[in-house]
Amino acid sequence: MRMNGARIIVESLIREGVDILFCIPGGTVIPLFDELYKNGNDIRLIIPRHEQGGTHAADGYARVTGKTGVVIVTSGPGATNTITGIANANMDSIPLVVITGQVPTSKIGTDAFQESDIIGITLPITKANFLVTHVKELAVTLRKAFYIAKSGRPGPVLVDIPVNIQQNQTEYVYPAKIELKSYNPQEFGHPKQIKTAIKLIAASEKPLVLVGGGVNFSDSTELVNEFCNALNLPVVTTLMGHGVNPGREDLYYGGIGMHGSLYGNYAVQNADLIIALGVRFSDRILGDPRTFAPSAKIIHVDIDPAEIGKNTNSHLPIVGHVGSVLRLFLKMDKNVRDHTEWISELTRLKKKHPFTYDKNKFLKPQHIIQLAHKYFPVDTIVASDVGQNQMWVAQYFRFKQSRKLLTSGGLGTMGFALPAAIGAKIGNPDNEVLMIAGDGGFQMNIQELMTIRRYDLNVKMIVIDNKYLGMVRQWQELYCDKRYSATESPDNPDFAEIARVIGIRALTVNCPEEAEESIKELAASKESMLVHALVDPEENVLPMVPAGKPLDQILTKM
Amino acid sequence: MTEHNYSTQVISVLVYNHPGVMAKVAGLFTRRGFNVESITAGKAKYEDMLRLTIVVKADKKSLEQIQKQLFKIIDTVKVSVINPDLKVEREMALIKVRSQNGLKSELFQLVDVFRGRVVDASPSGFIIEITGPVSKIEAFINLLSINNVFEIARTGTVAINRWPVKNQTTQEGRI
Repeated sequence: MRMNGARIIVESLIREGVDILFCIPGGTVIPLFDELYKNGNDIRLIIPRHEQGGTHAADGYARVTGKTGVVIVTSGPGATNTITGIANANMDSIPLVVITGQVPTSKIGTDAFQESDIIGITLPITKANFLVTHVKELAVTLRKAFYIAKSGRPGPVLVDIPVNIQQNQTEYVYPAKIELKSYNPQEFGHPKQIKTAIKLIAASEKPLVLVGGGVNFSDSTELVNEFCNALNLPVVTTLMGHGVNPGREDLYYGGIGMHGSLYGNYAVQNADLIIALGVRFSDRILGDPRTFAPSAKIIHVDIDPAEIGKNTNSHLPIVGHVGSVLRLFLKMDKNVRDHTEWISELTRLKKKHPFTYDKNKFLKPQHIIQLAHKYFPVDTIVASDVGQNQMWVAQYFRFKQSRKLLTSGGLGTMGFALPAAIGAKIGNPDNEVLMIAGDGGFQMNIQELMTIRRYDLNVKMIVIDNKYLGMVRQWQELYCDKRYSATESPDNPDFAEIARVIGIRALTVNCPEEAEESIKELAASKESMLVHALVDPEENVLPMVPAGKPLDQILTKM
Repeated sequence: MTEHNYSTQVISVLVYNHPGVMAKVAGLFTRRGFNVESITAGKAKYEDMLRLTIVVKADKKSLEQIQKQLFKIIDTVKVSVINPDLKVEREMALIKVRSQNGLKSELFQLVDVFRGRVVDASPSGFIIEITGPVSKIEAFINLLSINNVFEIARTGTVAINRWPVKNQTTQEGRI
């Protein structure tokens, strides 16, 4: 059938099963929005207040649903506003397709109104990007974009579509199958490597499973649980790996790395074998790469061959989908070495060094998060922001299911939580969605409160307000003799009042006595609600491994 | 990362000739902090592909990363490191030299020794074409007095592996 480019985009989106779009219109996508208008209700349009918010929302949507998040924005500033969102998704391997309008092909390169070279700009932060220069290429390019975004190691793909391409007519044929000679993600691990891995696992006396985002977002969490349980393997996670739950407390040792648990980090430093699943060994996990897991052999399972040996040497790389590798691991003989002593050593440490904080007259942020954990159901989706609040969520919230912690792990994007929570609620309306942000990050995308109101989304929010950019302040306390350069924010607005003005229920809590009631009320609320928690301004995240230090040099006091 | 053990390596990359592919490859090197000595590009055997020849200074670990990151580019079809023992390597340079009284015959002799060619001559000077491995070209340029050289244009290295010698491969296979 003959149709214009804009119609082809809509048809292609329908063929890809897209039913939600995060989009803001503009000059170079008017034909496309016209077709979306004519198309009616099969595709729901979510209009955020800023393109960055929209991109993070699509990211949050992708994280909870496992589908590809789709963003449509206009050229120039519309496109450049998505950049932080795209970079964020790229670092955390989240599948997005970002469609940007572009000035007509005849004007490209003339510095036309609202022209920006978004292909050039996003080159290093996308998995792939395409400029469509002829309407005949449009359908196949979109097909490729969706295929690349979701397959292998997922990531954001940008498709730049000049406005005249949207207007030009052509015959619409959507390719049923796409084959890219130069792109073949490896699904199955090498059988010989897997065999060797199984031997290593069987021979290990102090094994440790390290779980990362690759497990969480490939829906392999259940397999990890089964694997750990069947072979009596203790498990730790990276920030992106939270959600694994072997079902036995003596096998679970929480997060590791800079603000990981003392016992988790101890386990890493004393294990003789680390089975690393879907991790990329970021600097926040490694501490000092030269002293990371000094006595361990590392089996590194990841779908991206470039991650093998990038940040740390692995003794046995397995390139493949974590799930497919785990299924083979699960077939191994379950008669392995006895790990009881190793596990009881870890259990002793876990009992001796739980996450803890000193109580004083102030409301403690950790207390608020503990309460949230207590009163919110186990399948609550928590969108954390970045900084101290993020680390406290990781420490005090126990995630027992995959795709439940949404956090900007790689890029560390402040302002991520609120829009991500919006995307999560849209993608998963049946689950409670709880946003936890600090005062700094919350204000970086605070305009999206209006999006919550506009679509009547039941998003619960806690703003941990310590009137500082807390994590930076903590480093300044540690390294700069308390010279709090540019981190104070004593003039924060009353966030509860802001929420109310927008039409969102809100309350303020500033003393320990009121904490429980307010969080209970938040959890019970049938509509969106915000709790503005004024907390101890100089509370620190502990324990802490200073950047670049070995994981066993962990500070428990400042 | 160890700072010693850096060596010059030649990487050959086959890519689809899609718009922006050169920028993607070149950008990768700055972005990941790899040291590039030269990049050349030209049409490959297939119409829709380019062969890039990249000369890098790298240790073993970063050489491995470079290959993997290059392969990660969606348009990349094949990445291979040219085996130094089986390498056929060429670069071409066009060198514009000023005429100087009495030096002409000496210059022509030098060009002859290096199997170069004089491809243009005028009262003001000559253009010399010289082809060979980088070391030969550098040696030639070093012999010319810098004052006489007006301009140099070099292609950068292209390289390809020799056909393997049959006996050798079977032997390697046995090992």
